Amino acid sequence: MNWPRRREWPKDERRLRRRPIPATMRSMLQTLESQDALQAALSFRERFVQGFRFMVLARLLDDKMASLYRGGKIHGGVFLGRGQEALSVALGLSLKPGDIFAPLIRDGAGRLAFGEPVLDAVRTYLGSVLGPMRGRDGNVHRGYPRRGLLPMISHLGAMISVVNGMLMARRFKKISGDVGAVSIGDGGTSTGAFHEALNQAAVEKLPLVLVVANNQFAYSTPNARQFACQSLVDKAVGYGVTGREVDGTNLEACLITLGQAVADARQGGGPQLVVAELLRLCGHGEHDDAHYIAASLKASPAGRDCLQVAEEFLWRKAWADEEATKHFRQEAAQLVEEAVAKVQREPAPNPYRQNWCALASRHLSERFESCPPVQPL
Amino acid sequence: MSITYLEAIREAQAKALADDPRVFIYGQDVGAFGGAFKATKNLAKEFPGRVLDAPISEDAMVGAAVGAAIEGMRPIIEMQFADFSTPGLNQIINQAASLFWRTQVPCPITIRLPSGGTSGGGPFHSQSMEAIYAHYPGLIVMTPATAEDAYSMLLEAVAIDDPVIFCEHKLLYYHCKAERLPTEAMPVGKARIARAGRDLTIVAYSAMVQDSLAAAEELAGEGSEIEVVDLRSIKPLDTDTVVASVARTGRLLCVGEAWPWGGVTAEVIARVATEGFGLLDAPPQRLNSKDTPIPYHPNLWTVHRPTVRSIGAAARNLLRM
Repeated sequence: MNWPRRREWPKDERRLRRRPIPATMRSMLQTLESQDALQAALSFRERFVQGFRFMVLARLLDDKMASLYRGGKIHGGVFLGRGQEALSVALGLSLKPGDIFAPLIRDGAGRLAFGEPVLDAVRTYLGSVLGPMRGRDGNVHRGYPRRGLLPMISHLGAMISVVNGMLMARRFKKISGDVGAVSIGDGGTSTGAFHEALNQAAVEKLPLVLVVANNQFAYSTPNARQFACQSLVDKAVGYGVTGREVDGTNLEACLITLGQAVADARQGGGPQLVVAELLRLCGHGEHDDAHYIAASLKASPAGRDCLQVAEEFLWRKAWADEEATKHFRQEAAQLVEEAVAKVQREPAPNPYRQNWCALASRHLSERFESCPPVQPL
Repeated sequence: MSITYLEAIREAQAKALADDPRVFIYGQDVGAFGGAFKATKNLAKEFPGRVLDAPISEDAMVGAAVGAAIEGMRPIIEMQFADFSTPGLNQIINQAASLFWRTQVPCPITIRLPSGGTSGGGPFHSQSMEAIYAHYPGLIVMTPATAEDAYSMLLEAVAIDDPVIFCEHKLLYYHCKAERLPTEAMPVGKARIARAGRDLTIVAYSAMVQDSLAAAEELAGEGSEIEVVDLRSIKPLDTDTVVASVARTGRLLCVGEAWPWGGVTAEVIARVATEGFGLLDAPPQRLNSKDTPIPYHPNLWTVHRPTVRSIGAAARNLLRM
């Protein structure tokens, strides 16, 4: 039987995923065989800079989507990852080709780092028929299941067991060394699906990394009305999995902690629960002004803007100067503008040419319309 | 040598496991124990590592099946009772059923639901859930009424590239038998004329086919020839065979063990009314269980659901209209 082994992106989509290898390391890398070793060989500085660039790109893409939403160009909601880019990008960068990633609604940065093209986000938000969901699903519900990037359903916690099943399937196929990563929020930890799936992963000892972004609010519901334990990481011991906490506003800490969690899962350490403290620096969606977030919380350490923190870190370490980070922004802005300009010229789905069949087995689908089709407007 | 409906289900799973390395079984107590009804008896031993006990987590069981299907596997999920599929409902109707439409990635999973009432089962071990699942686009719902169909349709369920809800009736497990396992079968989506007749059509599925056949036998003694149509699958529903039967008899009685509101009997009557109104010589009738939770005591239970007696009475009534 021919099992698909690795996620295969079209060539142009692969561009963003390629990581720069410094010339000085090239000779050393030729003697290293595994991808893991290659990643380890990338200096922390390079990973940080790369992460920062994806964060900038995600932030600018978010800003553009918000602006298109306010201009009435997007149907339905727009959901931003503002304030969660450091955590998200650290997860995306910790994964490698062949891994599985089930992002949630604030994972724009992680998606880009995992290899999702900018065009996918724009096409799905604008409903282009050329996007991965072809107008059948929208905004943050996008991905390619067969390439390991899962399009979420709206029911929180539901993607965890799907990733478990993919990891179980790989075990059946005798494929080892792949990791499945799932993002969730503080609100999602209250669902039965979260409980069932984390327990299932623990029972099956799966290489699952479950990342909880505790952004203090589930829509408008504060932590105090969501859970009663001291910290969400306390749940780890109850499930018999490894738990870690991290400051979600600190890219350096996120890269280290997520890197460790992913590496431990890959090496057979079983499920890893990572809880990050941060603050959502926007509403639940762009329709929400988030008036319920107290000023004191915004002024607290959790309320720091992770992008600003990372940029200042770059300057302080002299890993990049102001000129360089300005250039990163210009570069990202251009990518976003190009993508939007391209997608705005792309066709929307045509309801009269749609295959209205929900089954893969088309011969088993039923026809319910007895009236002749309505003429196009 | 005969084989029961339950043994046919076990044999179909053994064949699926033997023929296709992508198949595995996942459910509560299905491993060494062999399942609450022994539908997976000895399969864990015969197919090591491919028949897995699951925690009591129906949501995660179905979610994992969807994930495995994305990776190219063909999982069979055993719900211990159809009633317990409700904690997995979200994954079935929102994840599994929507996957192909949203992503063009097929979701070939089979979910076995031991369905329907048995004496003493009570409110939470007796339900027939087919109508709920048939309501959602993206699912196929099978309701075999014979041991032959239980075998061949389960094999077909595993082979189909879509999520299949396989409603197997617990009353049929031990009492319904076949002489031998079938080597060929009607395609899914085709109804079967279980008994030919010219005076009245009874449309039924699952265990109600057997009760309808018994009622038809009784009415034959009174000089009425009843045609019994076994739907076999309720989604897709073979409207053509039903309408063709009504064209022959002019009278329609639709029987289902599930509750009356909406559901399969209502769907069949709606289709006949819209597509074959002129064929009817009398108002179409339907017979379902009572609109209450399913009672525990046998005195109550035998009256709650349609029986040979109540089907016979409904048919006589319709013949007089």
